[in-house]
Amino acid sequence: MSGAGEEGRLSLTVPEPHVRPGDQPDFSDLVVPPAGSVRRPPVDADPQDIRDLAYTIITVLDGEGRAHGPWAGALDDEALREGLRHMMVLRAFDARMQMAQRQGKTSFYMQNLGEEAVACAFRTALRPGDMNFPTYRQAGLLVAGGYPLVEMMNQIFSNESDPLKGRQLPIFYSSKSHGFFSISGNLGTQFIQAVGWAMASAIMNDTKIAAGWIGDGATAESDFHAAMVFASTYHAPVVLNIVNNQWAISTFQGIARGEAATFAARGHGFGIAALRVDGNDYLAVHAVASWAAERARRNLGPTLIEYVTYRAGAHSTSDDPSAYRPRVESEAWPLGDPIARLKQHLIARGAWSPERHVQAEAEVLETVIEAQREAETHGTLHAGGKPSARDIFENVYAQMPPHLKRQRQDAGV
Amino acid sequence: MIEAIRDAIGTAMEADPAVVVFGQDVGYFGGVFRCTQGLQQRFGKNRCFDAPISELGIVGAAIGMAAYGLRPCVEIQFADYVYPAYDQIVSEAARLRYRSNGDFTAPLVIRMPTGGGIFGGQTHSQSPEALFTHVAGLKTIVPSNPYDAKGLMIAAIEDDDPVIVLEPKRLYNGPFDGHPDRPVTPWSKHPLGEVPDGHYTVPLGKAAIRREGAAVTVLAYGTMVHTAEAAAIETGIDAEIVDLRSLVPLDLETIVASVEKTGRCVVVHEATLTSGFGAELAALVQEHCFFHLEAPVRRVTGWDTPYPHAQEWDYFPGPARLGRVLREALEA
Repeated sequence: MSGAGEEGRLSLTVPEPHVRPGDQPDFSDLVVPPAGSVRRPPVDADPQDIRDLAYTIITVLDGEGRAHGPWAGALDDEALREGLRHMMVLRAFDARMQMAQRQGKTSFYMQNLGEEAVACAFRTALRPGDMNFPTYRQAGLLVAGGYPLVEMMNQIFSNESDPLKGRQLPIFYSSKSHGFFSISGNLGTQFIQAVGWAMASAIMNDTKIAAGWIGDGATAESDFHAAMVFASTYHAPVVLNIVNNQWAISTFQGIARGEAATFAARGHGFGIAALRVDGNDYLAVHAVASWAAERARRNLGPTLIEYVTYRAGAHSTSDDPSAYRPRVESEAWPLGDPIARLKQHLIARGAWSPERHVQAEAEVLETVIEAQREAETHGTLHAGGKPSARDIFENVYAQMPPHLKRQRQDAGV
Repeated sequence: MIEAIRDAIGTAMEADPAVVVFGQDVGYFGGVFRCTQGLQQRFGKNRCFDAPISELGIVGAAIGMAAYGLRPCVEIQFADYVYPAYDQIVSEAARLRYRSNGDFTAPLVIRMPTGGGIFGGQTHSQSPEALFTHVAGLKTIVPSNPYDAKGLMIAAIEDDDPVIVLEPKRLYNGPFDGHPDRPVTPWSKHPLGEVPDGHYTVPLGKAAIRREGAAVTVLAYGTMVHTAEAAAIETGIDAEIVDLRSLVPLDLETIVASVEKTGRCVVVHEATLTSGFGAELAALVQEHCFFHLEAPVRRVTGWDTPYPHAQEWDYFPGPARLGRVLREALEA
C-alpha cells in the first residue's frame, strides 16, 4: 500500500484470504454476537428500521447447546428431532454418493457437508405449493420435503428409472410436486426466476410464495442484481437466500466482495428487508425462514437472508480444496457443525441422548444403504439399465418437430 | 403491422387470463413502437406493466412466471439489446422442458423489433435470428406482413414452447421493398394489410409462397420478402418467392418442392453472411435437392461487418443486389 493516497503510478487491488494451505486458520474477522442477543422485529418492519440486522448474526444456540432470545422457541421436541434426522440423512446420503462416485457408479457428486441446517430448516418453513429455486447445494430441501431418496439416487446414477431420463448431470434434480425447481448448471439464473414465479403468484392473487437460492460467489452474477431490482420493484412475495459458505470453488468470498460489506447488506440499496443468520444453527435458520415466509405471505414484500456457514467439503468430486485453503480450516470454523449443535441442544433439553444418537446414526445409514441398494437395481452410470437413446430427442419441444424426427431416424432409435 | 401485433396480443389476453405482457415502456406508455398501446388500460396493471431496464431480468422473471403457469409475452425493445438475456434464453428457457423431462415448461414469447433499413446504425438494425435458430428448444419466427404478424403472434402465445418473435421494424408502418427513395405506402394499400377481427392463427412451421414462379426459388423472410418481390419485377425473372415465416420449425417440404420445380435457389437475408441462417438453408437445399439443382445455391445477405449508419443502402441487401444474383443464378 506504499504511496496510497498520493498521486503517482496506480496499482491493482486483488483481495486474498487471510490464510493459505499450511497456514493456521484465521476467522478473527467473523464477529458472532452472543446467542439470543439480536432483536426480533415484527414481520411488518420497515426495511429501513432493521438495517442493523444485516450486519450482525442472528444466533439462537450457545456453545452449550442452550437456546436463547427472541428467535428461539418455535419448534417442539418432535420437530427438532425430525430436523436432526433430516440433516443426518443428508450427511449419510452425501457420504454414500461421494463413495459411489469414487466407485464409478456416477460421474459426479457435490456434497452439502456443513450446510445441512440451511436447506433442511428452511424447508420446514414452507407450505405445500410454495416453490424453491435452488442451486446444486440445497439437496436438504428434498430430503426435508420427503422426496424419495431412491429417486434422488436414480437421478445421480442416470439409470433406467432416472426421472430426468439421463439428460441431466448428477444432482441436478427437479421436482415440481416437491416445490423444487429444475436445477441449472448456469449460476444465478434461478434467482430472478424465483422472483418471476413469486410475481406470478401475486398476479394471480394466489397465497403461494417462492424462495430463491444463491451462493456467495454467484451473487457476483448479473442475475443477482436483476433479482433484487425486480423483487423490490414489484414487492414480490419471495425469500431470497444467500448461502455464504465462504468459498466459491477456490475463490474466497472476498473476491465476490464479501469483505466490503455483508452479503445481506446488499438488500439495503434496494429497500429489501435483510437478515444475517448463523447458518449452522438449525433453530435460528428456521426462525428467520419463518419470519421471511410470513412476511411474504402477508404481502409485505421480499426478504434477503444471508446464511453464514462454511463449505466443509470439497466443492465437488472434481475438486481438491487442500490446494487453496488449510486442510484443518473447517475444524476451526467458529460456528461449528450444524448436526453436532442440534444434537447437543436436544440432549440439553432432555429430548435426546448420546445413545439414541448412535442408534439413529445406524438407522439412518441403513435407510440410505437400503435406498442405494434399490436404486442400483435400476442401474448405475456404466452398469445395468439406462435411459433409452430415444429419450435424447423427447421433450426438446412439446411436440417433436420434423427435423428432430429425421435426426432420431438417423440415430436409428 | 403495429396494430396487428397489438390486436394479436389483446386477443390472446382476452382469451386467456394467464397471458401477461411486460417490458421496457410497454405499460402506461404502450411501447416505443406503440405495439402494446392501450393494453394496460384495458387489462390492468396486473396484466400489462413496465419493467426495469434489465433484459435478463425481463426474460428471467418471465421464465419463473411460465414455470408457475402463466404465459408471459415480453418485449425486448430492440433485438440488438437481447444479448444480456441470452443466458436466460439459451440456458434456461430453451432447456427447461428437456432438463426437467417436462416437469417444468416455459411457454413464453419474447418479442423484439429487428432488422435495418431505418438508419438505426449498429445497435438498432441487427438481425440476430441465427443466434436463436442454433439453439435447440427455441422456436424462431419472423412475420413479413400484418396478417401473418397477428396470426403467428397468437399461435406463438398459445404455443407451449418458448418462441422468439422477430418483428421487422422497417415493416411496422408499411411494406418496404428496399427502395428508400420511393414514398412509403401504408399497409392499408396492401392485400396482406387486411387483418380479420378476433381470433385466428397462422401455424408455426409453415411457409407461404408469396409469388409463384418457375425460374428460380428465392427463400426469404421479413423485409426481404418485399425486396425479393421488387427484384423479381425489376429483373423480369420468373422467381418463386417463399416467405419462410417460421425459421424453427422450418417448412422444409415447401422449400424442397419449390427448388425441385425451379432447379435454382437464392437465399436472402439482412443478417450477416457467415454462419447466418442462410448457411443452414443452403445446406438443406443442397442435401435434399442436389440432383435437381442446375446452379450453385447463392446467398444475398448483409456484409460480414457491424451494421453501419451512413452506408445504410450500401449495406442493406436491396433489389439491385438481389437482382444481380438472380441473373447470375439463371446464367450459371
